[in-house]
Amino acid sequence: MRGIAESMAWIRPRSAREALERLAERPEALPLAGGTDFMVAWNAGLQNHRTILDLSRVAEWGSIHATKAGVIVGALATHSTLQRHPAIRRDFPLLPKACALIGALAIQNRGTLGGNIANASPAGDTFPPLAVYEAIVHVASREGRRAVPFTDIFAGVKKTTLRPGELITAVELPFPRTRPKRSYFRKVGTRAAQALSKTVAAGLLWLSSGGAVEELRFALGSMAPTVRRLKSAESFLRGKRLDGPAIDHACTLLERDVSPIDDVRSTAEYRLAVSRNLLREFLENQR
Amino acid sequence: MPIRITVNGKRRIFGGPPFKRLIDVLREDFQLTGTKEGCGEGECGACTVLLDGEPVNSCLIPVGQLDGRAVKTVESLAAGERLNALQQCFLESGGAQCGICTPGMLMTASYWLGSGGSKDPSAVRNALAGNLCRCTGYQQIVDSVIAAARKRKSRA
Repeated sequence: MRGIAESMAWIRPRSAREALERLAERPEALPLAGGTDFMVAWNAGLQNHRTILDLSRVAEWGSIHATKAGVIVGALATHSTLQRHPAIRRDFPLLPKACALIGALAIQNRGTLGGNIANASPAGDTFPPLAVYEAIVHVASREGRRAVPFTDIFAGVKKTTLRPGELITAVELPFPRTRPKRSYFRKVGTRAAQALSKTVAAGLLWLSSGGAVEELRFALGSMAPTVRRLKSAESFLRGKRLDGPAIDHACTLLERDVSPIDDVRSTAEYRLAVSRNLLREFLENQR
Repeated sequence: MPIRITVNGKRRIFGGPPFKRLIDVLREDFQLTGTKEGCGEGECGACTVLLDGEPVNSCLIPVGQLDGRAVKTVESLAAGERLNALQQCFLESGGAQCGICTPGMLMTASYWLGSGGSKDPSAVRNALAGNLCRCTGYQQIVDSVIAAARKRKSRA
């Protein structure tokens, strides 16, 4: 089976307002941004006879701008744009690190942040950074707008909590009160480029002047149906010094917040072992 | 609604279905068969073309998204029978073997050289990470791009 171009209906709004109007009229239409995931399924003949809402002309959702409170990334900003943006590189460096490891350059030039989120793959590489930065997803429909905390946007594997007629318009990255003392991103796949993650981690750490943990945020992707913050390890370490026994215990707590599976890319056992090592690497400041 | 695209500097009009993939429009409607399809999944990079100067996988783009935009394919590199410096380097260093990955390699490498990319071997490998080759083992391809980067330096 192949994709049949003639079977597809094509709606091409010119503005955000028109996009939301057209989607309200045709809530079954599939929003298309960079197409880097959808087109793979379409090429295999799995998505014929669909109505496509092409968002590529909605320029107002493609920009990135800083405010006093943070940086607002338009949903249609590409992974390449994110890597180049100075405010993001300076204040949210884990996000461009993740974007640089999504597919290869040709994918990064087309794939968008909003598309990555709407797609809701358990292995989405931007998700651990967005989870530790406590991003806010802005969504809109013809009826109105709402803001959703990042981890609440996911309902399960490839499922979001977006309602019919809603589109992601932007992702807000709030500036943290103070600069974290340490930050961490690491993706583990089969090869350096073009790999889907077996596990993917992001971490932020704030330490008091005495060296105790003020706040730890650590998130893992590919370890559960959706991205997970390690709430148990994070709250256990609050106020503690990062000595050997505390780190050991935090690593044993990791599995309380994840539920890895065996699949084509890896095994649950491998994923757990490697994820513990990533947490340890971060807490021991080895990288 | 006809779709207007500039392909290799020429303005073209496509009047077929907007969901036809760019690669199929290039090959079937514009008779530009230099661009090859490998995997059809965005993994292999064989179908790489430049969209407004940046590499993309032409197997993953419905042409309807490209109204008003500019595409460059491998056919844009040579002037008639005269190869450009990069193509000449691929020829001299054995960078092309079966030829399926070559058009994509050339377009990604063109972007790399044109955007000021260095001749450092590991940087070149990283730049070409999205283009797979099943013949050469990559060394000759990397050599070809480094040779072209040296020529560019000596011209400048």
